[in-house]
Amino acid sequence: MDFNDTPQEAEYRVKVRAWLEENAPRGIKGVSLGDEDPELLIACKAWQAKKAAAGYAQIRWPKDWGGGGGSTIESVIFGQEESRLGVNLGGPFAIGLGMCIPTVMATADEETKARFIGPAVRGEELWCQLFSEPAGGSDVAAIRTKAVKDGDEWVINGQKIWTSGAHYSDYGILLVRTDPDAVKHKGLTMFWIDMKSAGIQCKSIHQMSGARGFNEVFFTDVRVKDSQRLGALNDGWKVSIVTLMNERASVGGGRGAPGGGALSALKLAQKMTDEDGAPLSTDRAFREKLADWYVRGEGLRFTGLRSLTALSRGQTPGPEASVAKLIQAAGAQDMANEMLELQDQFGIITDPKYAAAGGAFQDMVMGAPGMRIAGGTDEILRNIIAERVLGMPGEIRVDKDLPFKDLPTGR
Amino acid sequence: MNFDFSDDQLALKEEARKFLSAKCPPDSVRKLMEDDSPGIDRALWTQVAEQGWLGAAIPEEHGGLGLGYLELCCIAEELGRAVAPIPFASTVYFFAEALLRAGDAEQKAAYLPKIVSGELIGTIASSEGTGPVSATKITAEVSGGKLTGVKIPVTDGSIADYAIALANEGGKPTLFIVDLNGAGVSRETVETLDRSRDAARIEFKDAPATRLGAAGDGLALYEAINDRAAVLIAFEQVGGSDMCLEMARAYALERYAFGRQIGGYQAIKHRLSDMYAKNVLARGNAYYGAWALNSDAPELPIAAAGARISASDAYWFGSKENVQVHGGMGYTWEVDCHLHYRRSRQLSVVAGSPRSWKHRLITMLERSNAA
Repeated sequence: MDFNDTPQEAEYRVKVRAWLEENAPRGIKGVSLGDEDPELLIACKAWQAKKAAAGYAQIRWPKDWGGGGGSTIESVIFGQEESRLGVNLGGPFAIGLGMCIPTVMATADEETKARFIGPAVRGEELWCQLFSEPAGGSDVAAIRTKAVKDGDEWVINGQKIWTSGAHYSDYGILLVRTDPDAVKHKGLTMFWIDMKSAGIQCKSIHQMSGARGFNEVFFTDVRVKDSQRLGALNDGWKVSIVTLMNERASVGGGRGAPGGGALSALKLAQKMTDEDGAPLSTDRAFREKLADWYVRGEGLRFTGLRSLTALSRGQTPGPEASVAKLIQAAGAQDMANEMLELQDQFGIITDPKYAAAGGAFQDMVMGAPGMRIAGGTDEILRNIIAERVLGMPGEIRVDKDLPFKDLPTGR
Repeated sequence: MNFDFSDDQLALKEEARKFLSAKCPPDSVRKLMEDDSPGIDRALWTQVAEQGWLGAAIPEEHGGLGLGYLELCCIAEELGRAVAPIPFASTVYFFAEALLRAGDAEQKAAYLPKIVSGELIGTIASSEGTGPVSATKITAEVSGGKLTGVKIPVTDGSIADYAIALANEGGKPTLFIVDLNGAGVSRETVETLDRSRDAARIEFKDAPATRLGAAGDGLALYEAINDRAAVLIAFEQVGGSDMCLEMARAYALERYAFGRQIGGYQAIKHRLSDMYAKNVLARGNAYYGAWALNSDAPELPIAAAGARISASDAYWFGSKENVQVHGGMGYTWEVDCHLHYRRSRQLSVVAGSPRSWKHRLITMLERSNAA
């Protein structure tokens, strides 16, 4: 047991490290999904193109599809080395390459694959994923956006929501209802769509945090050709599972600072004082909480390293990684609030001129509720762990045998 | 990346699991707890010695298998899972480790081979009253090679042959080896929450005591021994909390209420998911402890604290929620949830409570943050 690379991995690391030292752009602030400004997007695209030319974009994919023909562990090593240099410019491509293009690969004809895969790998074209709707969040199959056949075209009307990057995306994969008379899961179909099609309107969502990182996308009589269909008619649910499986296949284990955010919490507490002038970091109650946060962060880090070890040994990682988001999101909320209250009256301040630690914990208090919902709510994640990992029975479904149009709905 | 046990180590663990499920089923633990003088399954102790487990990490020159600490961690996990009623932790994690760490050649030669063969049960005697052990609270005193004082509770104290005692000599905390069958020692078995382990109050009156390690090094050595034991105990806790989840899971599938399996209700599902999540975190932290212990890394104190805090949390949660998932049946003597509920309490406090480990962890992080 150790943290070392195998000789092969070490050799690969040396190689990519040298390439990155030579080629990686420096001094560009990290990009997270959805909040890219146009200039950053240009930098991201340039870096993606450079990686693609050298075989470092989509390392796990076959060379024929513009990938690197490498292993998962190699792609993880490349990611680690990129992070080491502070290069974090992959955000805009995550959804396209992580979910949309794999769906295209699994379902489209050769011509369509040839048209889209290369440009996506090279970062020339960006993709978004149009699944969630106001009426279909955790219950994605409850979506209502409908497509009605008109000759060899489909006419789409409805609304998607929480679509990251819709405003800058060139294409999207779109899940719609094609048969409202069928039961819920059997009347859905997947299409690819040009985001510049007439009748598409994007509107940013004003989040409770004040930020605008996602979109609502409205479809008014938008026309797509039947040839843009991905998979069989009314087989969209199965196709969407392919998409979501690919999301889960991405492994990012072992990154991040030791102890999650606990060490920066400690630093801040050391600078603040209690009623008697002693540093707040000496408060016993605070220290016990801090220890819990540190151990939780470390537990996740080591779990990631266990998954990497499985990959490194040519095995499939176990289900351990399924706990990561559940623990992280709720944990961050809990820690951020404790750090806010520790500041006493000052804790309410977010003004960057005055806020403690630059307002980082206040930001986290406002961001954490979103983390607990996005990409699977705490509740859905617990169901998934219970059902898929522990083998508990599935939920009772009252919507299983009714035609979609007859299902009871709220708003 | 190689942050996991090897195939050989995992095979050893598998073998230990098979062995313990045959020789140490829950029935036998429960029956032992019903006995008048519980605390040790002598037959199991002999068989464990025959397996070589007592000497798994003891070098071959002292009669051990000389395997290493990763192997010992694998065994510890299985002992925890089985709630084994034997003084393994006291003898191996504390007594043998103290000798390996601080003993001179003569002391090692005198005790280690007997530990390996199962002839000698050892333990550590540090606590004298409520609250954590500290320099200011030690009243046991050695003068002229004779120990006087009271230690309570001493885990496995009424069945042990030797103890390592923390006492002051010339005002300085020091460790001593004491023959518990010798002169000046009177022992009284103390009832505890966990009758699958023995505990005693031991009164020393001019009991002959031999120094272990240098005079005045007592507390530092005690901490170093505790760091090592903490990792191994964390593995027992991880094994125990995994077993709690398995028990709860099996019951949730077999028990029907309101016309369906109770495992179909989210109230139960989510509880089981939370147990699973805590177990995953505890295992990750325990593995880091195992790595640090096995490689004698400078990170050991931090890794041990992390392993101990995380595993204590997981086992307490797992053992209490296991009772809850079992409902009324879980509160009966025969259904065995209480074996883990009790053992989880014993393991949480035996090497110092999570509360003091948390304080210690933050003190170490403050030091490394400042550096």
